[in-house]
Amino acid sequence: MGASAGWTADQPIVAIKDVHKSFGALKVLEGVTIDVAKGEVICIIGPSGSGKSTLLRCINALIPIDGGSIKVEGQEVRDPALDKLELRKKVGMVFQQYNLFPHKTALENVMMAPIHVLKQDRIEVETRAYALMAKVRLEGKEGSYPGELSGGQQQRVAIARSLAMNPDIMLFDEVTAALDPETVKEVLVTIRDLAEEGMTCLLVTHEMGFAREIADHIYFTDRGVIVEHGPPATFFTEASDPRTREFLSQIL
Amino acid sequence: MSGTRPTTDLAVLTPAADRLARAVEAERSGGGFALRLRARHGVWLGIAFLLAAGAAEAQIGPLPDQGVFATLWRWIPFLLKGFTLNLIISFGAMAIGTALGAVLGLAQISLLPPVRVGSWIATQFFRNSPWLVLLFAIMLLFPYEIRIGDAIIPIPDWVKAVIGFSLPIMANISEVVRGAVQSIPSGQWESAESLAFSRRQTLWMIILPQCIKRMIPPWMNWYAILTMATPLASILGVEEAVNLTQQALVAEDSRTELLAPFYLFLLIIFFLYCYPIARLTQRLERRFTVKN
Amino acid sequence: MDAVYEWFRWLYDQHGINLVIFYEPYERERFVSGLMTTIYLSLACLFFSFIIGVVGAWLQGSRLRFTRQIVQGYIQFFRNTPPLIQLYFFYFALGVYTPSYDAGGWREPIIGSFGWAVISLSFFAGAFNVEIFRAGIEAVPSATIEAAESLGYSRLKTYIHVVLPLAFRVSLPALNNNLVNLVKTTTLAYAIAVPEMMYTANQIWSDNVNVPEMMVVLFLVYIVLVGLLVWGMHRWERAIRIPGYGA
Repeated sequence: MGASAGWTADQPIVAIKDVHKSFGALKVLEGVTIDVAKGEVICIIGPSGSGKSTLLRCINALIPIDGGSIKVEGQEVRDPALDKLELRKKVGMVFQQYNLFPHKTALENVMMAPIHVLKQDRIEVETRAYALMAKVRLEGKEGSYPGELSGGQQQRVAIARSLAMNPDIMLFDEVTAALDPETVKEVLVTIRDLAEEGMTCLLVTHEMGFAREIADHIYFTDRGVIVEHGPPATFFTEASDPRTREFLSQIL
Repeated sequence: MSGTRPTTDLAVLTPAADRLARAVEAERSGGGFALRLRARHGVWLGIAFLLAAGAAEAQIGPLPDQGVFATLWRWIPFLLKGFTLNLIISFGAMAIGTALGAVLGLAQISLLPPVRVGSWIATQFFRNSPWLVLLFAIMLLFPYEIRIGDAIIPIPDWVKAVIGFSLPIMANISEVVRGAVQSIPSGQWESAESLAFSRRQTLWMIILPQCIKRMIPPWMNWYAILTMATPLASILGVEEAVNLTQQALVAEDSRTELLAPFYLFLLIIFFLYCYPIARLTQRLERRFTVKN
Repeated sequence: MDAVYEWFRWLYDQHGINLVIFYEPYERERFVSGLMTTIYLSLACLFFSFIIGVVGAWLQGSRLRFTRQIVQGYIQFFRNTPPLIQLYFFYFALGVYTPSYDAGGWREPIIGSFGWAVISLSFFAGAFNVEIFRAGIEAVPSATIEAAESLGYSRLKTYIHVVLPLAFRVSLPALNNNLVNLVKTTTLAYAIAVPEMMYTANQIWSDNVNVPEMMVVLFLVYIVLVGLLVWGMHRWERAIRIPGYGA
């Protein structure tokens, strides 16, 4: 399943429209609308509990939405006829807790999905895996198990693992939040390289400096709604909503 | 148990309580506490045995007839033959129970409600029934021979005992498997799913391989419990160690001074078999401790 | 009530399902007495194994290495040997040496089969309880005990007012596990002719040739018994839980 018929690259690659999601009585997303163009880098910031991580998980159908629509390359995520596995081949996700498979080496972690899901040839996959490990600056660690790697190294393996599927969109869910400050930088550098190569990225992050540096657009969410958004140039200096200003003053 | 992290800064008690709670969870599915064993207990047992036999000997006084030790010595090969039947029953029941229990355990996490509910009911039923009642049920209600085509195959008692024991083992292994799968952090499921692995692929390639290690200690513990339950078969006439011991005692005119040594001998051979297993289980449990 | 009983007689007459324990008063009483014996046996073993557990845990904290070894020996012996053989050992091997009294023409041993079942199973369950109590007591941090003592509590008072309440809450889930196992283990008493439920059910189906029906009844009763116990214990655990403590 490629992009939906009729989708062209000038349309948003991810079109989130008025999305609602509740867990029981708790309303987590209450009408979120975001349009992401191909190649754009979007940063979503906000206090905890504002629904940011849930939103990311709705994009690759890990969590179903209650209302609204999400279209990835024109394909409606909420469509019951949608093949979720096909969708996830196009959307890569990296998690806060890395979630590497502890019983496989770093290289095997990167190779597993292309071999078993995409059914690609093993030799080809291995070559690409080595290339990806080099790209995330982990040459020499291919044979290490996740338990032997630092947090930052594990996170970079996780990024390589998602990239091995050749996704069109990458989602990053607070990927540096569980890392020591020293190792945060190495992960951010990897993400910046990706962004500069033209990968469409959606990041949920607390790293304001990083967001200011690479984002094309910043969204501030609070309690399930988008309070304010704008390009970094104006967002940080000319935030108009008091909630935004309060949040920014607490972190910056 | 993972996921219920306590939320107070007063939680001085929590690490130990947490450990105990996890141990209880493990126990409920794994069948028993991790043991702290000492080799010298074998020595204590040996001393107790000699004392009992010696006291029995002393009671007889000088007799033309054989002494207690000699009598027991004569019967030992016979009793050990019975013990091998206990072991055969334990191997058979463990093999069948493990195979069925693994299937049942995976069925308990199925996405299909009828499969999930049905397997949960079966697990709870066989887990909470007394083993002796299950044994009776199989022994009395199972046919004593089955016909396949023209052949009539008699089913010996001990085979029925194997089936009877495999049922509670199946239920308990089912819980061990279910517990192990549910103890794998949900992040593993999430990341596998987001890499477009199907549920079956995720289960077989990512989740289950990580489960194997943590299932081994409770599995071994259940084997030890099973072995110590096999004497129940003697109540139903299966000629294993306890039954043969009772036959031997009758053959010796039920001399009262033989009772203590013979039963103590039984206790000792079971101890010598189960103790190393428990020791090994405890060591493996330490090695495979999950550092969450 | 009689109408219910008569329905079961109808069930037998019309459909051949012989639940004689309902419509025949003699069998009904037999079965109920078996059930009560199971319950009494469970309660008695619960009580004594609890005491053995407390005493054993206390002795295990002794300064004397000899005492600790004896307790360890007891625990490992009773946990690594089959409970049925323990029962036979107590009843046959030791029972033979107990004194007997004159019960009107014949001699009755002072400890009957029920008594030996209680003794044997209590020691068996007690071995597990010692470990459980020890773990519970050790879960109380020494800092808490020190705090109590520095407030002027004597050792005994500390034990009663501070250590035991906390240790108990920590131990309770494991104790409940043990209790459930105990109820299931009472069936072993069948082997020495204690008239508990398994035994009386056997008598009933021998007399009435209704094995399948009695089996179903037996399973149901045990499952309900165990289920009630588990449910009740969960309620109790939740009721005494301290918010924020434990897991």
